[in-house]
Amino acid sequence: MADGWIDACAAEDIDAEDVIRFDHAGRTFAIYRLNDDTYFATDGLCTHEKVHLADGLVMDGIIECPKHNGRFDVRTGEAKGAPVCIDLATHKVKVQGGRVFLQIG
Amino acid sequence: MSTTVDAAVAFRPRDYSLTGPDTEAAIARGLSQATWYTCPVPRKQMKELMKRSDGPAIRDTLIWFASFIVTGGLAYYFWATWWCVPFFIAYGVLYGSSSDSRWHECGHGTAFKTRWMNDVVYHIACFMILREPTVWRWSHTRHHTDTIIVGRDPEIASPRPPSIGTLLLNLFQLKSGPVAIKKLFIHATGRLTAEEATFIPEMERWKVFLVARIYLALFALVILACVWTRSILPAMFVGLPTFYGGFMTLFFGLTQHAGLAEDVLDHRLNARTVYMNPVFRFLYWNMNYHVEHHMFPMVPYHALPALHAAIKADCPTPYPSTLAAYREIIPALLRQRREPSYFVRRPLPAAE
Repeated sequence: MADGWIDACAAEDIDAEDVIRFDHAGRTFAIYRLNDDTYFATDGLCTHEKVHLADGLVMDGIIECPKHNGRFDVRTGEAKGAPVCIDLATHKVKVQGGRVFLQIG
Repeated sequence: MSTTVDAAVAFRPRDYSLTGPDTEAAIARGLSQATWYTCPVPRKQMKELMKRSDGPAIRDTLIWFASFIVTGGLAYYFWATWWCVPFFIAYGVLYGSSSDSRWHECGHGTAFKTRWMNDVVYHIACFMILREPTVWRWSHTRHHTDTIIVGRDPEIASPRPPSIGTLLLNLFQLKSGPVAIKKLFIHATGRLTAEEATFIPEMERWKVFLVARIYLALFALVILACVWTRSILPAMFVGLPTFYGGFMTLFFGLTQHAGLAEDVLDHRLNARTVYMNPVFRFLYWNMNYHVEHHMFPMVPYHALPALHAAIKADCPTPYPSTLAAYREIIPALLRQRREPSYFVRRPLPAAE
């Protein structure tokens, strides 16, 4: 870890328009790769009922929770309507040397 | 059929309300918001299965609307003769029964890829089946969180011991319908029931009150139209089909969970997958694959047969027909009348 950046995974570990789970220091995160090869990270659990978002579906920059289809914008963490009412926390991400680094916000 | 039956532990009366002692007991036992069993499906395959598409639902919705026009048109044409009866039955089933699956799938937001299409069909279907959209969205959310967990799930269709009278009345929504209408009046005055308050968040409640007022206004218009035309005909098309055409809702709906285990964290034990004919599957939008739907609610209805193929080796043997399911359900419900601790135990593959 340097300057608070955590080496999370290889950039190629995440398929385009997909998400993986990353656990660190007792917390769980979701790291996303969108179709334009941009990467984002949020808390890993849905704010509705603590389900792992990494099992959900990424579609046009939106992650849908696998349990109740709650939808969040992965770029901003914004909850997009029922049954999710609380925004997701987002975290900074950078890709360097083929690795994805996460800075917990 | 490889199912077996078993008696459970000695029965104690359960409280199926969401505010009683069984609610606290379920939470204390870790049954609420718990982790459920899921069959292993590779991520790549699951992504394919979850993929959204507008095509199948647009096709099915166009057929659905066309069926309304044809059956409704012929029912109107033959009105006041006996020939109108079969057409009203068909219209009624489309209106009062197939709306159940449309409400359900669009409520999950998986039927169409395009969000507004889900929302439009959701609201139409909700009105047809007399389920207030916001109330039932949240009720169904809870049903998926705590499926058939006593004290937590608001959608347990046959609490033990089951009331056969209630089930028969609900063939035509004669018990649930008046309750739904009473709730419309409660909501229209800006109130919720105590149970609803446990699962509808504060910020969503204004929608409940607004829609209840809209529903009541629409029903008032239908009544006015009946008075104006001095005929029941307007209500035969809007409002009454919820009742006279609602029997398939119960017929399909009871196959989902009736007679199966309560308070388990494995959908293979408390839900049924039943093979149905193509007409039933159109009316029911593949909800006969109910184990699959509960285990992976993100998978759209049109992909459920493929999901079924992917996980069936890890699931109990499906029922070969609706009739086969009822050969189990009816005796089970009758037995639960005198022996409420009884339930149908589904053998899991590892135990077969």
